[in-house]
Amino acid sequence: MKIGIPKEIHPGEKRVATTPEVAAQIMKLGFTVSIESGAGLAADISDDAYKAQGVEIVTDTKTLWSGADIILKVRAPEQLPILAVHEVDLLPEGGRLISFIWPAQNADLMQKLVAKKATVLAMDSVPRVSRAQKLDALSSMANIAGYRAIVEAAQHFGRFFTGQITAAGKIPPAKVLVIGAGVAGLAAIGAAKSMGAIVRSFDTRPEVKEQIESMDAEFLMLDFKEEGSGAGGYAKTMSPEFIAAEMALFAEQAKEVDIIVTTALIPGKPAPKLITAAMVESMKPGSVIVDLAAEQGGNCELTEKDQVVVKHNVTVIGYTNLPSRLANQSSQLYSTNLRHLLTELCPEKNGEINVNMEDEVIRGTTVIKEGNITWPPPPPKLSAAPAPQAEAAVLIATPKKSLIPEPVKSLLPLIIGGLVLFGIGAVAPASFMSHFTVFVLACFIGYQVIWSVTPSLHTPLMSVTNAISGIIVIGALVQISAPGLIITVLAGLAILIASINIAGGFLVTRRMLEMFRK
Amino acid sequence: MSHNLVMMSYTVATILFILSLSGLSHQENARRGNYYGMLGMAIAIVATVLSDTVNSYTILILALLIGGAIGTKAALKVEMTQMPELVAIMHSLVGMAAVLVGYANFMDHSSTITGVEKSIHEIEIYLGILIGAVTFSGSVIAFGKLSEKISGKPMLLPGRHWLNLGLLVASIFLGWLFLQQAETGGGILPLLLMTAIALAFGVHMVMAIGGADMPVVVSMLNSYSGWAAAATGFMLSNDLLIVTGALVGSSGAILSYIMCRAMNRHFLSVIAGGFGTTGGEAAVVEGEVTPIDVEETARLLLDARNIMIIPGYGMAVAQAQHTVNEITKFLKDKGKTVCFGIHPVAGRMPGHMNVLLAEAKVPYDIVFEMDEINEDWGNVDVTIVIGANDIVNPSALNDPNSPIAGMPVLECWKGDTSIVMKRSMASGYAGVGNPLFVLENTRMLFGDANTTLQAVLKALRG
Repeated sequence: MKIGIPKEIHPGEKRVATTPEVAAQIMKLGFTVSIESGAGLAADISDDAYKAQGVEIVTDTKTLWSGADIILKVRAPEQLPILAVHEVDLLPEGGRLISFIWPAQNADLMQKLVAKKATVLAMDSVPRVSRAQKLDALSSMANIAGYRAIVEAAQHFGRFFTGQITAAGKIPPAKVLVIGAGVAGLAAIGAAKSMGAIVRSFDTRPEVKEQIESMDAEFLMLDFKEEGSGAGGYAKTMSPEFIAAEMALFAEQAKEVDIIVTTALIPGKPAPKLITAAMVESMKPGSVIVDLAAEQGGNCELTEKDQVVVKHNVTVIGYTNLPSRLANQSSQLYSTNLRHLLTELCPEKNGEINVNMEDEVIRGTTVIKEGNITWPPPPPKLSAAPAPQAEAAVLIATPKKSLIPEPVKSLLPLIIGGLVLFGIGAVAPASFMSHFTVFVLACFIGYQVIWSVTPSLHTPLMSVTNAISGIIVIGALVQISAPGLIITVLAGLAILIASINIAGGFLVTRRMLEMFRK
Repeated sequence: MSHNLVMMSYTVATILFILSLSGLSHQENARRGNYYGMLGMAIAIVATVLSDTVNSYTILILALLIGGAIGTKAALKVEMTQMPELVAIMHSLVGMAAVLVGYANFMDHSSTITGVEKSIHEIEIYLGILIGAVTFSGSVIAFGKLSEKISGKPMLLPGRHWLNLGLLVASIFLGWLFLQQAETGGGILPLLLMTAIALAFGVHMVMAIGGADMPVVVSMLNSYSGWAAAATGFMLSNDLLIVTGALVGSSGAILSYIMCRAMNRHFLSVIAGGFGTTGGEAAVVEGEVTPIDVEETARLLLDARNIMIIPGYGMAVAQAQHTVNEITKFLKDKGKTVCFGIHPVAGRMPGHMNVLLAEAKVPYDIVFEMDEINEDWGNVDVTIVIGANDIVNPSALNDPNSPIAGMPVLECWKGDTSIVMKRSMASGYAGVGNPLFVLENTRMLFGDANTTLQAVLKALRG
C-alpha cells in the first residue's frame, strides 16, 4: 500500500508526520512512502533527506492525496486556503487517514469523513493500556510540551533557576510549582529540577505522589480525603469542598513561588480554573505562569490562548503549540508512534493494513471504520493505577499453626543432640571417646574457618576440600600391606582413586587461584 | 619411622590443612593456602608410607603414580565451565575409595579387639561403607545431570518419601543383621546388600532434585565425602582422617546452608526434591516485552555511567565470559564504572560465576556479592542480565504464591534500565514466569549470549 504524507497547513504547525528514519522503517513493513515537497522543512528535514531513504517526493498536493492509500498527518484535516478546498475533499473515497482528530470537538469533520466512507484512526484516541504505550502520541507530545514549558518560562523569567553563591552575592534558587503531574507535569518537573530549581507539585490523584518524589520534587499534600483517579488513569472532577481546599493551597503557594506551570485537564471538559486573577496579583513581580491547558480554556483566569500577556507584572504564557516549537523532536517521536501503530496494523509485514476490531488497541484508536462512526469505544479494561490487591493473598500469607510450640521447636535439635552425645558417652569405650572428642572439635574448627571464606572463592574451596578429602588414601596405605590378595587389590584401587583426587584437586585449585587477579 | 614420629607428622599435616582452608578467606593469601594443603598432604603420605605398618611398596607407588597422572591430566585439561562436573566426579571418587577401604578393613582380621569395641568397630565399617556408597552413586548422578548426560528435570517417583523411608529401615535392619553375623566372622552378605541399597538411595536422591538446586546438591555431596572420610578415620582409629573428614564435612554443610538460604528453601525440602509442588497459584505474568537491538544496546551502554552486569548459568553455557570481559574493558576505558553482581546460586555450584569471570581475567575487585550491592541500584544506569532468570525475578519478593517466594534476588529493576539477554522467552529452571521481562524499564535482547555480546562489542567499537 502507498502511504502519503502531506505538508501540514495549520498556521504555526512545524511538525511533520514522518521523518526519514521512520520512513525507512515503514518501507521495511512493505509499504511505499511518498511525501509532499517541503513537508519537513519547518522541522529542519530537507527533501533530500527523504529522497536518500527512497521516499518519493510529490510536488502537487492533490496528486499526493489522490495517489495514497493511507494518509499520515499530524493535525486534523482543515480548509486548504491556497486551493480553496477542504483536505477531506482531497481524500479519495474510502481512503484511510491517521492523525489527531479530536472527535468530541470536531463533529463536523467527523461527518465529512463519514461522507467520504473513510477509515480514520485518531492518534488522540489511543487507549491507555500498557501495550499501547509505544503508540501513545498524547504522552509523547505532552512530554515535549512539559519540557518546552520550562524553557519558555526560563526565557520570560528574569533570574537564574539554580541557586549559587558567588563573589557578587548569594542567588536563591527559583521555586517552581507544577500543577497536575501527568506526563507533561512530570516532564516539566524533570526539566526544572535539572536546571536547579526547587520544584513542588500538586495532583488530585494520590498514586502519583511516589512518581513526583522519585523525581526529587516535593509533593504538596492536601489534608483532605478524596480519590481523584478516574477511568483510564486520567483525573476526574472533584467535590466543591476539595476544590476549596485546593484553591486555598494554591493561593498560599502563589505568594511564594516564582513560576507556575499548570497542566490540569479533565477529558472532554473545559479546563478547571485553578489560578484566579487575585492569585496572579499576589505573585511576586517578574513571576511566570505557563498554562498548558490554554487550548481547553486555560487553568489560569488571565490566560489568553496562543498569546504571551503581562498582567499585574506577571507573564502568562498561553501557547498551544509547544510541541511544534520543538518541531524536529516532536516529529521524530510522533512518527515513531505512527510507525508502532502501522506495525500493529500490519502484523504480516506485507504492506497491507488490517483494521482488526478485535484488537483492543486498534479498536480504541479507530474512530471511523468504512464510513461508520465507531467512537467512543468501549472503556479500556486496565487503569494505570494499581488495582486493589485481592484479600486472598493476605489469607495465604498467615502462617500455619505448628503442633510444637516455637521455643521447644528451636531447642529440639539441641535436646536431641545432647541426648545422643549422652547416650554415646554412656556406652562407648575410652578409645572411641578420644577419637570422638577430636571429631567434634574438628567440626567446630571447620565451622569457624569456613564461615570466613569469601563467597567468591567457594568453587576453589570445594576443589581444595576435594583434594584434602583424598586424605582417605592414608586409610588405603595402611591396609595395603595387610595379608590377603583381595585386601591388596581393594586397597590398591583405593590408593589409585584417592590420588586422582589429591593431584586433580590441588592442581585445579592452583589453576583457578592463579586466575583471580585484580 | 616410629609411631610417635608418624603421629607428629599427622598433627603437622592437620594444622597445614586448617591453614589451607583459612587461607581462602581472601584472594591474596589463597594461593599460599593451597600450597599449605599440598605440603600437608605430602607430609601425611610420606609419613604413612615410611611407617612400620607399610611394607609392600610396588603396588603402592604404582597406584599413586597412575592416580596422580590421571588427576594431573584432568586438572590441566578441564574447562572452567566444566568445574561443577569435575567436582562432582571427584566427590564420587572419595565415596568409592571409602567403600573400598571399608571392605578392605572388614576383610582384614588381623586386629584383636573384642566386646563393645569390636561392635563399635563394625558399626564404623558399616557406616563408612554406607556413606561412601551414597556419596559415590549420588555424585555419579550429579555428574550426569551437570554434564547433561541425564535430564536436569527432577524425576519424581510416586511415594518417593515412603521409598526413602523403606530404604532407611532396610539399612538399619541389615545393620543389625550384619552385627549378629559379624560376631561369628560372617556378615558379608548383609554388607553387600546394604551397599546395593545405599547405591540405589544415592541415585534416587539426586534424580529427584532439579537443575536449579544443583548448587545445594554439589555442596551436600562435598559434605558427604568429608563424612565418609571421617567415618573411615573412626574405622581405622586414625585422627588425621577424622579431623580432615570433619573439616571437609562441615565445609560442605556450611556451603549447603548458604545455598539454601540464598534460595530461601529448607535444606530438607531441597533434599526431598520436587521443586514447586507446594503453595497456591502463582500470579500469571501479563504484558508485552520490549525487544531491543544490538545497536541500541550499544548506545544505551555508551550513554550510561554506572553499568552492572548480572551473569547467570546462560553465560557459562554460551561461553560468553571472555566477550563480557572485552566489553567490560572497553567500557572501563571509556571512563564508565562497570560492576558485576553475583547471586550465591548463580550457576551450578557455589562460586561458579566468580571462577568463570576470573578465567576471563575480569579483575575480582569489581565482582560483588548480592548483599554488597543490593542497596545500590539507585545509582545504576544500565543493568545487563546475561542468561539469568530466577535470580532477578521480582515475584520472589512481591508474590507470596510464587514458588520462589522469599528468595533474595538481585533487584535490578530498581535501576534505570535493565537489558535482559535471553535465547527465547522460556522460563527459568524453577519454571516460574518472570514479571521483570514486561516491566517498562526492561528491554529484551534475544539471541545466543556470546554471538549477541560480540555484536554489541562490535557496535560499541562502531
